[in-house]
Amino acid sequence: MSDRPSALLMTVLAIGIALLYIPMLVMIGYSFNASPLVGVWGGLSTHWYAALAANDQLKAAAWLSLRVGVVAATAAVGLGTLAAISLVRFKSFRGRLVLTGMVNAPLVMPEIITGITQLLLLISMLHLLGWPHRGFFTIVLAHVAFCTAYVTVTVQSRLSTADRSLEEAAMDLGAGPVRAFFDTTLPIIAPALASSWLLSFTLSLDDLVISSFVSGPGASTLPMVIYSKVKLGVSPDVNALATLIIALVGSGVLVAGVLMRRAERQRVRDLQLAGR
Amino acid sequence: MQSTLLRRILTSKHRRWLIIAPPLLFLLVFFLIPFGFALAISFAETAIRVPPFTDILTVDANHHLHLVLKLSNYRYLLTDEVYALSYLYSLKTAFFSTLICLLIGYPMAYAIARAPKHVQSILLLIIILPFWTSFLLRVYALEGIIREHGLLNQLLLWLGVIDSPLKLMHTTTAVYLGIVYSYLPFMVLPLFATLEKLDHTLLEASGDLGSPPWRAFLDVTLPLSMPGVIAGSMLVFIPAIGEFVIPSLLGGPGNLMIGRVLWDEFFGNRDWPVASAVAVAFLVLLVAPIAVYQHYHRKDLEGHV
Repeated sequence: MSDRPSALLMTVLAIGIALLYIPMLVMIGYSFNASPLVGVWGGLSTHWYAALAANDQLKAAAWLSLRVGVVAATAAVGLGTLAAISLVRFKSFRGRLVLTGMVNAPLVMPEIITGITQLLLLISMLHLLGWPHRGFFTIVLAHVAFCTAYVTVTVQSRLSTADRSLEEAAMDLGAGPVRAFFDTTLPIIAPALASSWLLSFTLSLDDLVISSFVSGPGASTLPMVIYSKVKLGVSPDVNALATLIIALVGSGVLVAGVLMRRAERQRVRDLQLAGR
Repeated sequence: MQSTLLRRILTSKHRRWLIIAPPLLFLLVFFLIPFGFALAISFAETAIRVPPFTDILTVDANHHLHLVLKLSNYRYLLTDEVYALSYLYSLKTAFFSTLICLLIGYPMAYAIARAPKHVQSILLLIIILPFWTSFLLRVYALEGIIREHGLLNQLLLWLGVIDSPLKLMHTTTAVYLGIVYSYLPFMVLPLFATLEKLDHTLLEASGDLGSPPWRAFLDVTLPLSMPGVIAGSMLVFIPAIGEFVIPSLLGGPGNLMIGRVLWDEFFGNRDWPVASAVAVAFLVLLVAPIAVYQHYHRKDLEGHV
């Protein structure tokens, strides 16, 4: 489509984008507000950031969430990649239908249902086996379960378009199947692995509902603490925290996007050279 | 002996189970089997003990196994009308917020699809970026706009449009605003994907044949973009129907969506068997039809997104 969109269309687009961004920009603005009252501008101040730095509860929650996110995303990329390889490379095996269902179901399953069912499992396990006690470990397990689904779907689509003849060529040249996979296919699906790790990490970092069900006393993730603070009323330090998170995630996504685009261009160039 | 066995396992056809088994077993234990537990517990009764429900399977002194399935929780769902009402209310809220997203998202996607290529990628990034930032914090940010002394009321008061602040927080309007604000990118992206691929010569042809632009839109663009409309609507409708955070933070006591009822049943009343029954019924009545629909229309959806 080459002709210019009409003024009306551009106006709707501008309003839509404004709708998406104004609340966040206002929140960032309030985070520098000296007054604790929302809607009253008391001058520029950074004391909510100082309050944040002094809040041990928030710091502990942020540290827990970061650890959960890193461990869950890493495990999910491992399991999800194996699931994607299974579904793309092995056309028929016992349990294929079940696996297909289990990697697609979390995408349509309301979080609250997943959370409840996982809690019931954990409670029953604890009752019958005396293990595991709810906390860091059980939050990680629950997050790995839903992140694996997202990883599988992402890697699966990349893997199904990857050229298998490269791997076969490597095996003809004497490489074992594992070596051939690591040397030829892995570099091709690497961008999908990186983006699904990032996606899993942000999903884990943001999860409130499932974590609330599967965590135990003393293990509150950052969204759980934020939710209870916000539920109680205005807390200006949340504005400061949100600003930090938005800055962190925003710059992370931008850097990752630029790096991935560069890698993709490099790959296209390599393929063109190889074709010649 | 052991090494030959190991080698046989590693070289036979079964070797591929080294790849299949870990994700299959993990998801079985931590995703599928939990639903079995929920189903079982939905047939139990509340009890004052840990865990807070009766066993459905018991062994008596004569080593006889007893399986007791109580249907009382499901009967309770039918008699207490709060459950039926919240199902219907969730359906209604999800339906109308999807419709609003479609009405706003369609022109946005259309405008992006018609923009020059180099602007297009920037616009797409602008649409995607909020999705990466925390969902909870975005809902909270919206609260800063619509609360009694929030920016919107201040602006309207200053403009003289209203005399006293509008009550938006804890209303149905706030819930709709929250859902539209949170899920709009999900609507725009699949719509853009189909609109971008639209063959523009078809529109020119219908123009050449004398159709006015609105007629060309209804006859050509809209039917061809239906896969995007369906995919986008699914992506908004599905999370909206089970939504908990938005009705809980922005809604009032009247906005009883099913996610909130489940949460209260669990953490407030601590009636786990009833909560399990609600979850099972939710799954059968709302999630299963969507999953079946998606299964049969996957080809259509995947072809265009």
